[in-house]
Amino acid sequence: MSLTAHDVQKIAHLARLGINAEDIDAYANSLSGILDLVAEMNTLDTEQTSPMAHPLNQVQRLRADVITEVNQREHFQALAPQIEAGLYLVPKVIE
Amino acid sequence: MYKKTIAELAKGLRSGAFSSQELTQTYLNRIRQHQSLNCFITVTEEQAMAAAITADKRLATGDAALLTGIPLAQKDIFCTQGVKTSCGSKMLDNFIAPYNATVIEKFNAAGAVMLGKLNMDEFAMGSSNETSFYGPVQNPWDTTCVPGGSSGGSAAAMAAHLAAGVTGTDTGGSIRQPAALCGITGLKPTYGRVSRYGMIAYASSLDQGGPMTRSSEDAAIILQTMAGFDPKDSTSSEQAVPDYSVGLNNSLQGLKIGLPKEFFTADLNSDMAATIETAINEYKKLGAEVVEITMPHLKMAIPAYYIIAPAECSANLSRYDGVRFGYRCKDPVDLTDLYTRSRGEAFGAEVKRRILIGTYALSAGYYDAYYLKAQKIRRLITDDFTKAFTEVDVIMGPVTPSTAFAIGEKSNDPIQMYLSDIYTIAINLAGVPAMSIPAGFVNNKPVGLQIIGNYFSEARLLNVAHRYQQVTDWHQRTPKGFE
Repeated sequence: MSLTAHDVQKIAHLARLGINAEDIDAYANSLSGILDLVAEMNTLDTEQTSPMAHPLNQVQRLRADVITEVNQREHFQALAPQIEAGLYLVPKVIE
Repeated sequence: MYKKTIAELAKGLRSGAFSSQELTQTYLNRIRQHQSLNCFITVTEEQAMAAAITADKRLATGDAALLTGIPLAQKDIFCTQGVKTSCGSKMLDNFIAPYNATVIEKFNAAGAVMLGKLNMDEFAMGSSNETSFYGPVQNPWDTTCVPGGSSGGSAAAMAAHLAAGVTGTDTGGSIRQPAALCGITGLKPTYGRVSRYGMIAYASSLDQGGPMTRSSEDAAIILQTMAGFDPKDSTSSEQAVPDYSVGLNNSLQGLKIGLPKEFFTADLNSDMAATIETAINEYKKLGAEVVEITMPHLKMAIPAYYIIAPAECSANLSRYDGVRFGYRCKDPVDLTDLYTRSRGEAFGAEVKRRILIGTYALSAGYYDAYYLKAQKIRRLITDDFTKAFTEVDVIMGPVTPSTAFAIGEKSNDPIQMYLSDIYTIAINLAGVPAMSIPAGFVNNKPVGLQIIGNYFSEARLLNVAHRYQQVTDWHQRTPKGFE
């Protein structure tokens, strides 16, 4: 399985991940190598096998619907790159 | 005193042979003296001395836990309130964690002293510590070589005696492989045994924290503090935690050891194979019985892992968006540019590679062919372990196909790097516990023996490792220049 530069650009867009133009071919190359490695999976017949998502086969635990967290907005927003009046700022999205 | 085990240090603190302040200062001096190894991302000298003073008071009143006053260091993947928690990435270079991981809370409650935060591969993705934003770590046994990864700073710090004990995390071998390459003891517990709350996520169905120490006895002490149910981690196990130290000396008479023939193929360097065989013979002398077993799907572990782990990583790392915390690019023109450029500028090449593979595997039209297929293979691999443990008590084999490789040797070849985890990855897919213990040297570089157990059999693994460490001294060797 080999990926083209165009494929890499498409995947990078899906992941919202900036890739420098000069690096795209190298990524196409190494990603294709990884896909060749994983292609070995196809040598096994898994028609009758059920997929395993999690090692412990446990059901998701539920808890009582009560508030356990206190509001720490200022504490957490102290880490933000840009805030104003308690809000996170991003470039304008609506004209 | 820095070469003593935790058990010995705890005795010394109680007898008054030395104080926690003296002990902490000794390690801080060594950390400074061996700065060139690059083991630490952050040294928390002031906090460490303050914690040592508190610990000395606690020891004086007799209200002390086993770890009270013991200087430890934490992999920089565990959130530590008020202290930079970088995960080895430029993305979190400015991140001062606003809360503590459960593991850190437990160490604090026990009165342990934190010396600092340890270097690691970026977001725990790597097998050599070379993907760290803070540069590679040197292996104390040969400073031109890698310490392994991703817990490379942890393993090198232990080997160089820069802490009495450290933590690591293991998603595909990241505790065991560096432990093997640096000649220390490392334990990856059963998935769900140690809380993942506040442990920065890479691949959530595989990640597990654990101890990296001088000996199995010390690993038992640290695991005792780390392990246990945590309501803050939805995948934490509710199973009761046994006393890990009480059975350390149990006899190994009649222990059934399985050797998977798939572990002993041409991929394994012949000197490594001979070292492992010598270790197995030592177990025979201790009364163990050895049988060959077969685990036919082990060879599929790397292909399945390199879909499952990147798929989970691509989802987990989507939280780094340049909006709420972490790195943000300069002057974004719009929201897409903000996301794309912040992530593009702050993630390193290996992290990007795994996000791309994961995104591709989960994208429309490819899910069944890659992710679902990998999950089915994960089932087959797990069934191999389940079946093996109906026949044997523990499985043994190598941890790595070769000893520590040179810095730079594999850093441009991701596939070669991935293959260095060939013996460790299946264990994470199944979720069973496994240890790496020092078993000898090849060309003056350490070799690790892997001991794998059934779910929640940590106490048995520690016992099996401890008995070997009673009759060998590989775990007591110190690299030249670090005595």
